[in-house]
Amino acid sequence: MAEGYTLNWGIVLITASLGVVAVGTMFLISYLMAPRRFSVIKDIPYECGIEPSPFRWSQIQIRYYVFAILFLIFDVEAVFLFPWVLIYLDSIPAVFYEMLIFIAILFFGVVYGWRKGVLQWR
Amino acid sequence: MNLQQVFMYSVGASLILGFLSLTVLFLTWLERKFLARLQMRMGPMRVGPYGTLQPLADAVKLIFKEDILPSWADRKVYWLAPLAVFVPTFLVWVTIPFARDLVLANLELGLFYVTAVSVLSILGLVMAGWGSANKWAILGGLRAAGQLVSYEIPLIMAILGVAMLTQSLNIIEVVDGQTRVANFIIQPLGFFIFFTAGLAELGRTPFDIHHAESEVVGGPFVEYSGAHWAVFYLAEYINTFTIAILTALLFLGGWRWPDMPLDGLSHSALSVAWLLLKAYLVVILIFWIRGTYPRLRIDQLMAFSWKVLVPLSFANIVLTGVVLYYDWHWSLLTVASLILMAGFFLSLTFYSGTAAERMTVSVHPARPEAISRRKMDL
Repeated sequence: MAEGYTLNWGIVLITASLGVVAVGTMFLISYLMAPRRFSVIKDIPYECGIEPSPFRWSQIQIRYYVFAILFLIFDVEAVFLFPWVLIYLDSIPAVFYEMLIFIAILFFGVVYGWRKGVLQWR
Repeated sequence: MNLQQVFMYSVGASLILGFLSLTVLFLTWLERKFLARLQMRMGPMRVGPYGTLQPLADAVKLIFKEDILPSWADRKVYWLAPLAVFVPTFLVWVTIPFARDLVLANLELGLFYVTAVSVLSILGLVMAGWGSANKWAILGGLRAAGQLVSYEIPLIMAILGVAMLTQSLNIIEVVDGQTRVANFIIQPLGFFIFFTAGLAELGRTPFDIHHAESEVVGGPFVEYSGAHWAVFYLAEYINTFTIAILTALLFLGGWRWPDMPLDGLSHSALSVAWLLLKAYLVVILIFWIRGTYPRLRIDQLMAFSWKVLVPLSFANIVLTGVVLYYDWHWSLLTVASLILMAGFFLSLTFYSGTAAERMTVSVHPARPEAISRRKMDL
């Protein structure tokens, strides 16, 4: 009998494969039952009533990446916060105050980015 | 793991999948009916009594519909994208309990697992956008990434606030911690942040900019049809129910608040009913919001996350930490949260930009000249 770590992640694995199988079955039924008639005009990418422009993947503005980097910063912070919330009441006072200082530094980061206009979508 | 366990948990997971499928069928009917009544229409009436068989008819139609593959598409990415959206949304349900003993795996790090897994479906949306090789789809996929990633931070912070109150990441222990008083009374600020950020994670109106019909004509889903589109639809409604049931579990007291007198089997049955009732109340609220508010602009959306929700969620964590550390009474936290919330919104209303911009929260037009007019970027 598996238990603990192996059991938990085994269940996650079983559930994931069940999800894949369920969706795969749906696709299979659709593949077998649905009509499929090829047509050059039908298969061109959708555009609002006109012919699509010849390039396929257009260039993307930098602003999306800026927010992705911001997300990375705060997500890493969340990873530090998760163990902290479980132990800070039972450990030495320094644990509590140090995390407050850490949050303050990160909050200063938000304020700095705000003043610099990074948070503005342009 | 031996074979017996594999079989047992497969059956359990299948039951959850069946429950979710039925829920999605019901939710689509409920949403159409509810929105119709809000707009003084009848909604679906033809198929079955009061249109109750409409979702079944829709499902059958979608599966038997032609599945078009655009000729420019990146085939593998295009076909795999629905899977990458659906599987993480389904995986969240591994650790969501319906009652004390009715859970597939009572993970000790349940809340951490939920936050970690639910983010993965962003990848699927970006894949759908990229694979379609359509400019609307790419724009929609990237908007989805930007939006979901921004609202993930407040969502995680609100979940952390709940975990602080019970000193546990296990969802069942979080529910048990609310026997006397539910978390939304202790942490109104956390409840507000969680619900708003959750709504944005769903990508429903008013936060539906990544598949806004009038802007990016369906976003990442624009090229999909038939069964593949149906899977996206399924995932969207499962997500809606996930956020609703998480709100019920984490903030509305789950099956514990207010406590019920019965015990034994009847208590379990009543627990499930009580939890589902709360979840459906939240679902109705979500539909109501969809029927009431207009769509936000993308700059308003990002500004709302980073300038309102993120600072407020930091404040929520620090406030909760201080109150718990000095062992003050919880009502202090309630009062402080409400005052902070009111103060923040009032200050935004009075000190942000010109009169026209004050109509919406912390917003100004996306024109550079309007931005450079002011020193402060609020």
